[in-house]
Amino acid sequence: MTTGGTTGGATGGTSEGTAEIPPRRTLPRVPDRFAAFGAVLIVLVVLAAILAPWLAPYPPDPRPLETLLPPSGAHWFGTDNVGRDVLSQLLHGARTSLFIAVAVLAVAATVGVALGVVAGYAGGPLRDVIMRATDVFLAFPALLLSLALAVVLSPGVGTVVLAIAVTWWPWYTRLAASVAASISTRSYVDAARCLGVPAPLIVLRHVLPNSLTPVLVQLSLDAGGVILTSAALSYLGLGAQEPTAEWGLMVQQGQTYFTTNWWVVTFPGLAILVTAFAFNVLGEGLRNALDPRRAVR
Amino acid sequence: MIEVRDLRVSYGGRAVAHVPELDVGAGECVAVVGESGSGKSTTLLALLGLLPDAEVSGHVRVCGVDVLNAPPRRLRELRGSRAALVIQSPQAALAPATRLGVLMRRALRLHGRAATDAVMAGAMRAVLLDPGLLRRYPHEISGGQAQRFAIALALALGAEVVLADEPTSALDVTVQAEVVAVLRRLREERGLALLLVSHDLALVSTIADRVLVMKDGAVVESGPAAAVLAEPAHPYTRELLEALP
Amino acid sequence: MARHLARRLGQALLVVAGVVVLTFAVMRLVPGDPAVAYAGPKATPGQLAAARERFGLDDPLPVQLVTYVRGLLAGDWGTSLRTRQPVRDDLYLAFPASLELVGTALVLAILVGVPAGVLAARHRRRLPDLGVRLTSMLAVSVPVFWLALILQLVLAGNLGWLPIAGEYDSSLDTTSPLTLWTNITIVDALITGNWPIFTSTLRHLVLPALVVAAYPAGVVAQMTRAALIEEAGQDHARMERALGFGETAVLTRFALRPSLAPVLSVVALVFAYSIVNGFLVEAVFNWPGLGRYAAESIKARDTPAIAGVTLLVALVYTLANLVVDLLQGVVDPRVRAR
Repeated sequence: MTTGGTTGGATGGTSEGTAEIPPRRTLPRVPDRFAAFGAVLIVLVVLAAILAPWLAPYPPDPRPLETLLPPSGAHWFGTDNVGRDVLSQLLHGARTSLFIAVAVLAVAATVGVALGVVAGYAGGPLRDVIMRATDVFLAFPALLLSLALAVVLSPGVGTVVLAIAVTWWPWYTRLAASVAASISTRSYVDAARCLGVPAPLIVLRHVLPNSLTPVLVQLSLDAGGVILTSAALSYLGLGAQEPTAEWGLMVQQGQTYFTTNWWVVTFPGLAILVTAFAFNVLGEGLRNALDPRRAVR
Repeated sequence: MIEVRDLRVSYGGRAVAHVPELDVGAGECVAVVGESGSGKSTTLLALLGLLPDAEVSGHVRVCGVDVLNAPPRRLRELRGSRAALVIQSPQAALAPATRLGVLMRRALRLHGRAATDAVMAGAMRAVLLDPGLLRRYPHEISGGQAQRFAIALALALGAEVVLADEPTSALDVTVQAEVVAVLRRLREERGLALLLVSHDLALVSTIADRVLVMKDGAVVESGPAAAVLAEPAHPYTRELLEALP
Repeated sequence: MARHLARRLGQALLVVAGVVVLTFAVMRLVPGDPAVAYAGPKATPGQLAAARERFGLDDPLPVQLVTYVRGLLAGDWGTSLRTRQPVRDDLYLAFPASLELVGTALVLAILVGVPAGVLAARHRRRLPDLGVRLTSMLAVSVPVFWLALILQLVLAGNLGWLPIAGEYDSSLDTTSPLTLWTNITIVDALITGNWPIFTSTLRHLVLPALVVAAYPAGVVAQMTRAALIEEAGQDHARMERALGFGETAVLTRFALRPSLAPVLSVVALVFAYSIVNGFLVEAVFNWPGLGRYAAESIKARDTPAIAGVTLLVALVYTLANLVVDLLQGVVDPRVRAR
């Protein structure tokens, strides 16, 4: 008779709980450290953004004598076409990217959730109008509407923030509306209504706190997408302008020199990739942890 | 056919079922009774090694196979073709996008048996089902039909042991009687060993030779069916009997 | 089924109306004199006045909207400031090439993504699963324009395996001219048996399609994995295991088909995103599609052209969603029965 058993995933796993592990070709379990990894990366990026002016080894002035130097001990990532140190530019670019992401999500979430809560709680024709509006905005693929807006307004960081926020708010409205609708049918809300509690108070005390978790999850999932979209807009020349450092802009500036100077394009792109990746991974991890209904492990 | 000694099942350290002794021979019918949560379904699944996320220990022999230590290939051989499982919610237990006949044919081929129309039709008729139903999807047949189809699968695959988890709880009374009749007939005609899990004591009394009563994962009473049901020794068994209409 | 179709159609039409209004609104957002948008930044006061007259820019906004909608329905989608051609004609020329690119990319994405998802689900929480998840996460996080530049440099520039830009070798236009049927180059080449152009287009398609396929492939892989894991946890999977089927068989022969429904709806979502990603890729590879047209229109601040592109893509997206909604019934027989 055999005793004991294998526990969870600590030992090399088997697909059926058995006492001894019979010889078989099952692969060993590998722990899932994605979310933690993402969190660490984000902390690094945020630190880089905050401490950029002090961390950057060189100031962002053009240096005509040092243009297009390959990576070396003096310039870890080389210099760009006007002689600026790429690493320093990347650090400053982190500030721009994170600022845009935070601004976009703040605006989109605030407007979106506000509209959604109104729609979900009020119901009736108001709800229909708001939801139809979200359908219309969602019919435009993200980058497209931002593109159209950014062309029409003059380029700059503010334009990018507005253009992307306009595209992103519908998701939050839909989210908040469904939460609000389900909450508003609960008995304690009914009771509050009967007692004459004014609607805005009910919304504030009951609906908003319940929306918090799904909105938080959505925010973390969206951050990566916002970073990619703002980089794309800047690449097209519609976002941050000279002399602001921005990763997408750096790629655009570098592409004419790319064939002979690989570093001017590679490193800014890597920065975008790593940051978006970190946010996406963190977002997925948060979703698995906070919203078990949508979790997939 | 089935031999169990000191079977213990737990999830993450929490003990869910403990069966010190359970035997089922050819042509015998043993019933495990208790309320939901008593660990009876878990026991059944453990007998075929179908609890991948649990810690299972003890000694389990089904049709000569040491289930807890067998290599996966032997287990897959055992399942379906020698020891068959009939699940509680029959329609949910059948692949939704696959026609019944296709499922039967694949299962037959899997175990190296002839997948002829004659074989499949024969199995269907043995459980009193029209072979024409083989052309349908699971959502197009009734619960009783699905239950009987699961038994037909077991027959087609030549099972010697049938492990049935609540075979009648999802059915209405008339259909229940049909399914029970089929099971009894198969037991008599083919010498099937039957291990039944049910909370329906009335059903159990009509078909079981021996009974095990489980409560909260432990076996509180066991013995010949007639004896246990007529003069229950354990207070919990008495409770169950009193709950009968 | 018919009622479902009618309802979805009605919804779609409402959305289309909203899209038109929104596009109109965006165009009118041009700060300053809208006449500049029509006549161009270098126009003289006389030309501006003429533009105002011609486009009714002094009329109240609702009237302008009606005129705009009438124009759209009649086929007048404005005139490009840059090409001086009707926008509609420009779009007609550019759209098939974009369709070619995105279509190929989506096919690639499904061909790669679905098996990857199956592999990940089969070996869940083990190395292949982590590998697939890592790769698909990277794939959805990569900036598309950057990937295009990198691959172009490495595979086309340095290694010379594939062509650097363009849709096909244009010298073939003289030696082996293509008869147009669908206006989609690769399709026309195939059906007319024009092998030189077919192979040339195919070679030119590889890189851009790969780049555009990265994001959808990642999404498809993740979705397939998630749907399969969900299906494999259902009662019927337990029954299949009880019948003796191994894990791989449970996944591929029984769980895969019902899992394809959510995967299909995700493809629709990704389709629009891919068209727009395609824009960035077209700019890098000089692909003659909507993207290149849009990029050049952006540089020239060509508002009518941008509006035309925006409208077209939004309409296509709405249509794609509708089609996918209806296709759900085909893949999952349970949907049909409802």
